Amino acid sequence: METGTVNSDIIREENLVYRKSRVLTDNIMHYCPGCGHGTTHRIIAEVIEELDIQEEVIGIAPVGCSVLAYNYLDIDMQEAAHGRAPALATAIKRLMPSKYVFTYQGDGDLAAIGTSETIHSANRGENITIVFINNGIYGMTGGQMAPTTLEGMKSSTSPYGREVSLMGHPLKITDLVARLPGSYFVTRQAVHTPANVRKTKKAIRTAFELQREKKGMTFVEVLSNCNSGWKMTPVQANKWMVENMFPFFPLGDIKVNGELVSK
Amino acid sequence: MKKELRLMKGNEAIAEAAIRAGCDGYFGYPITPQSEVLEYLMAEKPHERTGMVVLQAESEVASINMVYGGAACGKKVMTSSSSPGISLMQEGLSYIAGAELPCLVVNVVRGGPGLGTIQPSQSDYFQAVKGGGHGDYKLIVLAPSSVQEMYDFVGLAFELAFKYRNPAMILSDGAIGQMMEKVELDDPRPRWTDEEIVRISPWATTGKPAGRERNIITSLELDPAKQEKLNLKLQEKYRKLEKEEQRFEKFFCDDAEYAFMAFGTSSRICLKAIQLARAKGIRVGMLRPITLYPFPVDAVKEMAGKVRGILVVEMNAGQMIEDVRMIVEGKVKVEHYGRFGGIIPSPEEVELALEQIIIGG
Ligand SMILES: Cc1ncc(C[n+]2csc(CCOP(=O)(O)OP(=O)(O)O)c2C)c(N)n1
Repeated sequence: METGTVNSDIIREENLVYRKSRVLTDNIMHYCPGCGHGTTHRIIAEVIEELDIQEEVIGIAPVGCSVLAYNYLDIDMQEAAHGRAPALATAIKRLMPSKYVFTYQGDGDLAAIGTSETIHSANRGENITIVFINNGIYGMTGGQMAPTTLEGMKSSTSPYGREVSLMGHPLKITDLVARLPGSYFVTRQAVHTPANVRKTKKAIRTAFELQREKKGMTFVEVLSNCNSGWKMTPVQANKWMVENMFPFFPLGDIKVNGELVSK
Repeated sequence: MKKELRLMKGNEAIAEAAIRAGCDGYFGYPITPQSEVLEYLMAEKPHERTGMVVLQAESEVASINMVYGGAACGKKVMTSSSSPGISLMQEGLSYIAGAELPCLVVNVVRGGPGLGTIQPSQSDYFQAVKGGGHGDYKLIVLAPSSVQEMYDFVGLAFELAFKYRNPAMILSDGAIGQMMEKVELDDPRPRWTDEEIVRISPWATTGKPAGRERNIITSLELDPAKQEKLNLKLQEKYRKLEKEEQRFEKFFCDDAEYAFMAFGTSSRICLKAIQLARAKGIRVGMLRPITLYPFPVDAVKEMAGKVRGILVVEMNAGQMIEDVRMIVEGKVKVEHYGRFGGIIPSPEEVELALEQIIIGG
């Protein structure tokens, strides 16, 4: 049988196992193969489609690898200055309370330059969703140390490994956010396996749904590799993430229904 | 119909004008000498009067970025601060200008540099009219010289900001912010409805309905050729502003042999100095720029062709004078008289300066 005939034969509605979300544009993503940004974008698009809120959602891209997130999501979006996405989101949500507002931020953006905006928007209980990609490094600028860089981890500005006595401790900002009275749902997930992708999708969906209830900030941290920044192959990077990041940043819900989850 | 009159501080006039102009949101952080703007708004409960959002932010950095977010939704939004706070806002202002968003920023200037003083000054002129943050951009800058103008310029600033999709600034100072004068209030204008916003600002991120392209608010363009095009588009807008929006006021210019140039508080001092000089038989007038950007270039040129000397009076070490000299191109003498660090010059010393620096010098 000719290949062409086979293809047209199997491309039928009843054989469909996966369709790209209509909330994703056709633009080719610039992310490195294996990076968690692309997967997380896809999850957000699917959640928006499934909740049928494409007309009511406003997203905010950060400065970082995901600065061009608006090229991939077919929704109204704003591009914030480095670290300031929660300030934009605060104003948007207060001015248009019926909309769904989310920020999408890296660890440098959210936990270094934007720490103040993160903490204060959470503490005010802003009714927004923050999707926080923690890859332990500054991806966009070429792999410098981030506030989340692990002790001993190498980066271009900690070339001999992060030395805590000189460079300070890695920051668990998500745990800080969870301890603030204004946050309502706080969780840490990953996207390196299909099972984890499903869990992350459920978390992001919950986070968006909770905006309807106006109970406060919903916050989803997604651990991701940065294989190019870590100078590993995607497979090595995921293995390294599981072995090194997960013990320090354990996966799971941290705050549910406004209550800290006891471990 | 008789207009409503009220005795108000300049800062309060800004706040009341915002509510009456149909402003949707104010985001600010306290700093002397402008904290009354936020205090007045909080006391007035504008969320009950008009539905306006008022929020005390955690910093001026957050304030200006809240303004960015709100402006990107097509809302009428503003912030106010004083010099150190305005310095903190510069990155955000550059983004707002780059993304071509309308908004209002009020600077009730105090003396610097650094923490400086809480007393009035005009030493933020350069920062206001030359852009202030990074990149090639301009703010529309209005300089009020009375509490009435503090009130009036809020509406005007929003009008110009939306007309040109450009951030506007009211460059005031601690004296005008703090002093009380009679203000004529106009009837409140309702806030725009969602439908009006979509019509007035179709580019705004209000949520993407089926059938329209997604709206993206950004200042990013990595391709140099496209980035240059965006810059050229901005420049074209600035040329249009320069052609169409120069505003100024002339005093006693018809028979003037000499002229003062001054804005804001300084222009009030100069008015008094004119009286003193004229009592001595010195025929002096004044050109008072209302828009500091676009600068009233044509009026300065015209005046330079008529007088024998111009004294630029500013509460700074000599900032606006650079623009005046550039326009006058040496055709007549242009000198500066300034006090700074929070000192307001007296009419007597300004009149004396005219005699010594311009007439006698
Ligand atoms: C005010 C300012 N400072 C610094 C930068 C440079 N910069 C751009 S992205 C970035 C770090 C991004 O790292 P992260 O937030 O972790 O996101 P990632 O790229 O890893 O996804 C930095 C420092 C900037 N654009 N603006």
